[in-house]
Amino acid sequence: MTYTQLGLIGVIVVIALDLFVFRTRLVRRRVFWVAYAIIIFFQLVTNGVLTGLRIVRYDDDAIIGSSTPTDGPPPFLGEGRIAFAPVEDLLFGFSLVLLTLVLWVWWGRRGVQRTAWSGPPVESLRTVLGYQPPPE
Amino acid sequence: MSHLAYIGVLAFALLGTAWLEVFLRTRVYSRWHRLSLAVAPVVVMFVMWDLYAIAQNHWTFDPERTTGIVLPGGLPIDEVLFFIVIPIASVLTLEAVRSVKRWEVGDEVPGTCVDGVRVSDGER
Repeated sequence: MTYTQLGLIGVIVVIALDLFVFRTRLVRRRVFWVAYAIIIFFQLVTNGVLTGLRIVRYDDDAIIGSSTPTDGPPPFLGEGRIAFAPVEDLLFGFSLVLLTLVLWVWWGRRGVQRTAWSGPPVESLRTVLGYQPPPE
Repeated sequence: MSHLAYIGVLAFALLGTAWLEVFLRTRVYSRWHRLSLAVAPVVVMFVMWDLYAIAQNHWTFDPERTTGIVLPGGLPIDEVLFFIVIPIASVLTLEAVRSVKRWEVGDEVPGTCVDGVRVSDGER
């Protein structure tokens, strides 16, 4: 199988685990999508370094785009790449992140170190973070 | 130093999220048992994916900019660390969002209140 095919299968399998097997339903929660928006930004930065510097190199038989060149960086955008990385890396990253968070929430729900909850932020950061104290 | 290029990216992710534990009180590292149980299966699954991809020549690694410690199957130890560091950073990010926004995540104890709204069922 190609990386493209595996990437798509990975996303489908992990979403199915979230919705139907572990029933954590993270993909239906805004907390997940806001966290993922932050994560994907930093993924593009860090993975851009790994792929732009050709620390990880891809073969065109496996991806939509072309092989990582031997004499310079791959395209920054286009030809199946985003921030130097193959678009398939976004599928791979989504599966990695969602599976981790599903298991984290699932173990918590099973009672493994379910508490104490995260937060609140330290007082000095509450204003800059826009933190609103909980209603009584 | 170039052998530490990949590891450097991982250090950035680790250090870039560690402050959340202190300043947003994410309580992720302090719940290391739960964290280990969540991350271990992820490492297993994605190492298997990685080994398949290496065997199929989907990707290769620059031996000059990875540590040079390579596990059986041609898997650089840098990659294994990636599958530990990125999940930890992801959990820290999720708990950081919860710390600030107090949105429901799905592991709340039924009958408790999140933002004045009663959680009736943890599987909701």
